[in-house]
Order: sequence, then C-alpha cells, then structure tokens
Amino acid sequence: MKFKGTDTYVATEDLMIAVNAAITLERPLLIKGEPGTGKTVLAQEVANALGKRFIEWNIKSTTKAQQGLYEYDAVSRLRDSQLGAEKVHDISNYIRPGKMWEAFTADESPVLLIDEIDKADIEFPNDLLQELDRMEFFVYETQETIKATHRPLVIITSNNEKELPDAFLRRCFFHYISFPDTETMERIIDVHHPDAKRELVRDALKVFFDVRETPGLKKKPSTSELLDWLKLLMSEELPEEVLRSKDPSKLIPPLHGALLKNEQDVHLFERLAFLSRREQR
Amino acid sequence: MFTKFFFTLKDAQVPVSLREYLTLIEALKAGCAEYSVNDFYYLARTTLVKDEKNLDKFDRVFGHCFNGIEFLSGDEAVDIPEEWLKKLAELSLSDEEKAQVEAMGGWEKLMETLQERLKEQEKRHQGGNKWIGTAGKSPFGAYGYNPEGVRIGQKESRHRKAVKVWDKREYKNLDDSVELGTRNIKMAMKRLRQFAREGAAEELDLDETIRSTARNAGFLDLKMRPERHNTVKVLILFDIGGSMDDHIKSCEELFSAARSEFKHLEFYYFHNCVYEKLWKENNRRHTSFMPTWDVLHTYPADYKLIIVGDATMSPYEIAYAGGSVEHWNEEAGQAWMERILGIYHKAVWLNPVPEKYWDYTPSVQMVKQLMTDRMFPLTMGGLEAAMKELNR
Repeated sequence: MKFKGTDTYVATEDLMIAVNAAITLERPLLIKGEPGTGKTVLAQEVANALGKRFIEWNIKSTTKAQQGLYEYDAVSRLRDSQLGAEKVHDISNYIRPGKMWEAFTADESPVLLIDEIDKADIEFPNDLLQELDRMEFFVYETQETIKATHRPLVIITSNNEKELPDAFLRRCFFHYISFPDTETMERIIDVHHPDAKRELVRDALKVFFDVRETPGLKKKPSTSELLDWLKLLMSEELPEEVLRSKDPSKLIPPLHGALLKNEQDVHLFERLAFLSRREQR
Repeated sequence: MFTKFFFTLKDAQVPVSLREYLTLIEALKAGCAEYSVNDFYYLARTTLVKDEKNLDKFDRVFGHCFNGIEFLSGDEAVDIPEEWLKKLAELSLSDEEKAQVEAMGGWEKLMETLQERLKEQEKRHQGGNKWIGTAGKSPFGAYGYNPEGVRIGQKESRHRKAVKVWDKREYKNLDDSVELGTRNIKMAMKRLRQFAREGAAEELDLDETIRSTARNAGFLDLKMRPERHNTVKVLILFDIGGSMDDHIKSCEELFSAARSEFKHLEFYYFHNCVYEKLWKENNRRHTSFMPTWDVLHTYPADYKLIIVGDATMSPYEIAYAGGSVEHWNEEAGQAWMERILGIYHKAVWLNPVPEKYWDYTPSVQMVKQLMTDRMFPLTMGGLEAAMKELNR
C-alpha cells in the first residue's frame, strides 16, 4: 500500500516518502507550508488513492481536544428525565462520539485529517498526546476504553500561527511543502486544466512567477490562486498576446483580482508598474 | 548505525531526540527508504526535522556527514588526498577523460601544476583560461568546460544524475525568518490572563440551573451565562533605535507573542526615555505621533503597563529638561515617567540587557529607582517575575 500521487494531485518525491513512512509506521504526519500549496487537499487525495474513508476534523479557535473524543450532553438528559423518557437510564445514550472516536472505531483504518491545528488554544496539541500516541482514550461517564481497532492514518496541517509543543512534534513525521518550481507547477496545471493551451500556460506561469517575485507583497499568490486565475483566463478566452505584451502600460496582469487578494498589494503593484513606465520614458 | 550523524545533528542544534532516532531506525527496518541516498535523505528529514527553520541546518549536516557517498557508487569520480588542498572537494572525470589526463602527463603532473597555480593566484578569478576560478577554460576550477578540469568549491554536481538535494539548500531563507521561542514567552504571558464573563450568553450555568430548577419545584429551568474571555488590557511602550538595535530580535519575539496572546493590546514607541510624544510607526515618527497626554487619557488606569527598553542613555536624558538627544523636551523624562506611573499602578520595565551589567550604567539605576525596583531582565525567569508583579 503505497501512495504515489493521484490523477488530480501531483506529489513530489519527498512528500511521497513522508506519507509512506507515516502509513508504514502508523504515526501521525504533520504538514506545514505556505497557504494554498495543497495541505488540506493532500489528506483527501491520500484517502482516495488508498481507497480509505476520509474523516475531517476542522479546528477553530474555540475547539477543545475533548470535542474530538466525545461530548456528554447533560442538558438533554436532564430534559428527558423531566419528560420521563425511558432512555434516560442509560448514560451512553447521551454520549456524542467525536471525530477521533469515529476514526478509532471505523471498520477499516480511515484517514483522519486534523485541519489547522494551530488555530486552537496553545495547549490543544498537548491534550491529544496520549490519544494520538496509543490511539485510545477513556470515557469517564461509561467507564469504557475506546481503542482503535485499526490505527487510522492521521494527517495534521498547521499554518504556523502558533508554535507546537516539542513533545507533540516528537511523535509526528514532519513535511514542509515548499513552493513548487516551474516544472512541478506545469505538471500541476496539466492535471487540473488538461485542455489549457500550452502557450497560455507558459505565459501565465511566467507572469505568475514574476508577480511572486515582486518585493514587498503582503500575500504572495499561491498554487490554488494560480489555478483559479487560469480558470478565469480560459473562460475569458483572452488572446494570448495580452499576457505576452511587453507594453508597460499593461503591466498589471488581466484579471489580477484572482492573484492579488490584498488591496495594499494591488496598490503596490500599480505603483511598481507606474515606476517602470517612468523608467522606460 | 547513524550515531555519528545523530550527534552531529545535535551539535548543530537541530533539536533531535532519541525517540526520533529510533523512529528513523524503525522506518529503515520497515523498508521505507530502499537503499537510495535520496530516499534516505527524505526519510531522515521527515523523521528528524520538525520545523522548517531547521531544514537548512539539517541539509548542511547531512551534506557534511554523507559527503562522499556518491563517490562509492559512481566510477567517474575520485577522491583527492586532503593534503593536496583543503578546499578541493572532489575530482570528477570519466574514464575517457582520465585517459586524456594520462596523455597530459598523469595525475601527479596535474596536481603539481594545480598546486603551483594556487600558489601563484591569490584572488578570486572568473573567466580566462589559466587561473583557477569559475566558468573558465583552465583545467582547474568549477563550472568549466575543460575535460581535465579539477572541480574546486563547486557545491552541486554538474552531472544531472548526482544532484545532491541537500547541497541546494533550498530552505536557506526559512532559517531565522521564523521567530524562535515565542512559545515560551506565550506560556509566561499566560500568567497575565484575567478571565471574566462578557458577551452573549451561550454556556450552561450548571449551579444556577440546579438552584432555579429546585426553586421551580423540580421543573427544569435552564440558565445560561456568557463564556469566559481573557479581559486583561495591556499597554506596551517600546524603546526603539540607538542602543536598542542589539536587542531587536528578543523584542520582536516578545512583541509577536504578546500580540497573539492579548485581545486588548496597545503599543507605542519611544526613544530612550518617555517624553511628550509617542508614536506607532517608526518611519513616520516625526509626522504622525500621539501626544503622551492623549495616550494617558485614552487608556484607563486598569491597563497594565509594560515598558521595554535597555534604559541605557545619558543621565541628563532622564533628569533634566532639554536633555533628550533628539529634540528639545520642555519637561524632564523623570517628570513624564512619574506622571505615567501615577496613572498606571500595574507597571513593569523589561530590560533586554542582562541583569549583571545593570550596575555599571547609572541611567539603568535611575530608571530602576523611578520604577521602584520593578525592572526585570528579558529572560524567561525575568518575564515570569514581571508577570507575577503585574498580577499582584
């Protein structure tokens, strides 16, 4: 069972090694990288490629570790007791399993994505240490232990908003998705827009990497933004010359809204365009 | 197996632990890297490195420890004895080229000439066809065309099949760009947290529910209450420029940690000592500033004040009107300090200069006195003590 990328996902060699090591040793895999380099998509694609079930746990700033295990709904039990419902006598009726519980008790080992773990409180990863390590936890209300029948493949993504504790890091494999080079980028575009004209892609890539090189951009455009932009370009059916024109007055790429998401960045780009126009004179 | 590599990593301050090393061995045993150096490199990287800022260090150590591995596999490269040259890394010649070299007079001759040329030449050289340098046609140097070339100081192999990934050091610019140790600072700042309930009611208040249910003759009466939020308010004043340049890194760490930890965080800059003006953007300090009086009126007394500065200046800057190095100040720094401290009772001064040097600078002593001893070094211990002081 090896992951080799899919029809819709181009995996680099080092990423494949990291994923396969995580699969073989059944340890969590921590993925970091610039936003938009396909961290979240990776888990989905791994699940597709290996034919496994995909369970997604999205982390927010208010998410608690306990919510991934289970929640005890005391309020509805209290209410049911007033109504005299029969199920009140069994506490397990009010235990709501969380995503990790779901992953642990699945019939076949699934892929569990813990998305953007750095969004949560700084102690969040520490609260999951034992659970991720031994793949089991204890339910106090019913005095039972939930143990993973098949250890799920856990993929964790982080955007580096908070540093993660060392003890947590030690238990994971780590991979940093670096920004793809031109060659890989062409492959990625090939996979997503096979009908794009070769020349259009090449010109667009050149413009794209030029934009990325612009000094002082607040948010550099990423792979996902490039793909969106290409989709727009193709649907607009712009003549190819537009991208290739060296005319400085058209220095701002067409439909730049898809690439530059920040007002300040657009201003900066316009200013640079203006400067270069002045130089040309 | 790779014990030496492991310890070299540790020496290079890549945070690796025994656990990770065992994982690597386990992964190797399980056949995750099948006898290819590249696979091994990727596997070792994914197990041993846990933060992208360490990737560059790892690459360097890997290159250092496993330098020469390719020589064993390829027959076109030969090691040069170390005593020939320190900088000389390797010699890459094919069998055919070797024959050509033989025609020139053999290895000995080539090496001798090389040594002579090295003696003759002392500067970096590029182009040309005699001197050792880069991109030339001399037999010695890197990136050249001469088949008998001896490669000197060229990082990557020029033969595509043997590109050493770790020599590219792609992750160079990630090193140091990420702040270090903010986690520790955040943990210390957690001490400052003050929880209070405000906002919309969304949490079940169990005690109140039980009480009101009992009062309701046993009929359930749910009571909700707002969630707890951190409500501590912090005002930070940063000393900027001049002698503070040495401490910029630790101050940036402190700032970025504080920024994400507190909801109500206000910051202003000053230079050396607080006078009648404070500013938010350092490059526009002369045009867009805020009068200190306005700052004092804007933020109420329940703000906790943290002043960060090295307090290293001329004593006149504190004690006398007109003592500032930058402008004419109508009132002495001392007067302003007393005014500020009169409003904000919870205040500390964090000093990035190590505590043992404080006694040698009179101005540090003066500021410390103004702060009634509430000056703490910008270390983990100092920070904890400062937070405790603020929370008293």
